[in-house]
Amino acid sequence: MAKPIIEVSHLVKSYGTGDLETTVIPDMSLRIDEGEFVAIMGPSGSGKSTLMHILGALDLPTSGTYLLDGENVEKLTDDQLADIRNRKIGFIFQAYNLLPRTSAIDNVIVPMEYAGIPDDKAIEKAKKLLELVGLGERMDYPPNKLSGGQQQRVAIARSLAMDPAMLLADEPTGNIASAQAEEVMVIFQKLNDQGRTIVMITHEPDIAEHAKRIIHIKDGRIINDSRGHKRRIIRDMSSIKNNK
Amino acid sequence: MKLLKFIKTGIRNLTMNKMRTGLAMLGIVIGIGSVIALISMGESSKRSVQSQIQSIGSNLLTVSPTRSTTGGIRGMGTVQTLTYDDAEAIMSSAKITTVKSVSPEYSSRSQVTAGGNNTNTTIIGVTPDYTEVRKLTLTSGVFITSENISATSKVAVLGPTTVEDLFGSGANPVGQSIRINGKTFTVIGVTKAKGGSGMDNTDDRIYIPLTTAQKQVFGVKYLSSIAVEATSDSIMNKTANQVGELLLSRHKISEVANADFRIMSQSDILATATAVTGTFTSMLAGVAAISLIVGGIGIMNIMLMSVTERTREIGLRKALGAKKKTIILQFLVESIILTFVGGIIGIIFGIIAFYIYTKINSSTFFISISSVALAFLVSAGIGIVFGWYPARRAANLQPIEALRYE
Repeated sequence: MAKPIIEVSHLVKSYGTGDLETTVIPDMSLRIDEGEFVAIMGPSGSGKSTLMHILGALDLPTSGTYLLDGENVEKLTDDQLADIRNRKIGFIFQAYNLLPRTSAIDNVIVPMEYAGIPDDKAIEKAKKLLELVGLGERMDYPPNKLSGGQQQRVAIARSLAMDPAMLLADEPTGNIASAQAEEVMVIFQKLNDQGRTIVMITHEPDIAEHAKRIIHIKDGRIINDSRGHKRRIIRDMSSIKNNK
Repeated sequence: MKLLKFIKTGIRNLTMNKMRTGLAMLGIVIGIGSVIALISMGESSKRSVQSQIQSIGSNLLTVSPTRSTTGGIRGMGTVQTLTYDDAEAIMSSAKITTVKSVSPEYSSRSQVTAGGNNTNTTIIGVTPDYTEVRKLTLTSGVFITSENISATSKVAVLGPTTVEDLFGSGANPVGQSIRINGKTFTVIGVTKAKGGSGMDNTDDRIYIPLTTAQKQVFGVKYLSSIAVEATSDSIMNKTANQVGELLLSRHKISEVANADFRIMSQSDILATATAVTGTFTSMLAGVAAISLIVGGIGIMNIMLMSVTERTREIGLRKALGAKKKTIILQFLVESIILTFVGGIIGIIFGIIAFYIYTKINSSTFFISISSVALAFLVSAGIGIVFGWYPARRAANLQPIEALRYE
């Protein structure tokens, strides 16, 4: 049996207290194994952002257990959570969230700096990762000199910097044109083929179709969990490099 | 993460908005600049007062009149308790063994004219011993003699500043006439410059015979002070006691508490003057400290704005694994860079301002190392104190809130 990366059981998340208490996730159990490529879909207000925050160790569950790559993410201090995020999770955000006026390579180095990896090793690794996402020739470009798709590829390179247990992508194609969105998906599939676990939150069905498993959420409950649908595979990495 | 990286990132963030950074820094520049300038000015005036007092000599006692208290009632009006006879008695009494010379003096300010020029200066009625007691030397002519005293001659010896005011610089006034209070005097000598400034400038004076001053110019019978030179500076207390006892018996006062005069040694005067200038210096430092605090609040304001503006960046850094300490350090480094650079510029401006002050006042220029060191520490300290709260606020932002922030 495959190694579980995410093991959530009877997760409850509610905000506020007393009469003002609202429960976003009433009771959810979920398991994602190593090597999976999961898309989590749902309309706005379905609780998918809340779920993503908990899965990303950005927020703690009200009750229930969450094991991330074997580590219990409960009742941890802010600094312990920061450490878990640094080592276990590679974040990819809708708005790329690169540091402004900071070169692509320096952006990729940031998580390694926080982990205390020596400069020479971090630079070497960052170069490899930028080459992997097809930005080997734009390492010194600041974000404002890169297109949306290129910026998202820098963010992907950054998410891989610490060899995390999983990539957690929140609407990764939400801000970029469809052709470039497809390039991002191709990179995701390629990474997944190499064994990387990817959890992606999206509301676009044709983006979700790139994943191997699609989970539909509504009102904080899983209403559909389907595997074995037909994956969309359009191009491979070589087409990206020719396309620049 | 190494400190150098924090500094590099800090400089990059600060140069993103140069105008704002510059204005925030200006507060610190003004604060530190005024600390340096004002403390140096205070120190400078303290030094000049000390050197002036010390140039007079340390074996000098000054007897000055005070209001006498009889039956709990203090006398009113001008104090007239010291007379020329008192001075004579101090010099000639057999009970006094340690006095070398005595200089009775009467001084008052008056309008003086020479040709078309006029000035307002201190007129001092003196005896020949004045030069001995007050360590005064002449550059040209002669000083007042005992013949001048007995003849109540209308002769005057001028200070170099007075000469400049009345006759222009470089002129030799010996033999020329000046008018003091409507009386014509002949200039017989010029004293050597001693340095000094302001109201107490020892170079801006006119010396005339004591008898002439009392009888012809001001119409008084008393003295404003008696300067007593002791034979050595190790027996100052003994001399003061002898002079005190003599004057008490001459004035028929039995209790020391009721004395109508006061005897001060140079070290007493020095201590008083030092205390006065010390108060002055700390007042100036207080004013400067207030401007520093205002500057610090400016820094805090800018840092808080910066935290708000960079909320998303902070959220991202936390998501990528930045610990609280890392965020705090990043913001503290930025505020310290602000205050440190501001401090250095402030020190330079402060020194320039003080340099200009010394040129205008023709006093000696110096750089007070202790005040520069203090300013350095204070400016870095302000960076920490006023940067702490914004940095804490940044570190305590919740990553989800911060990432969502628009």
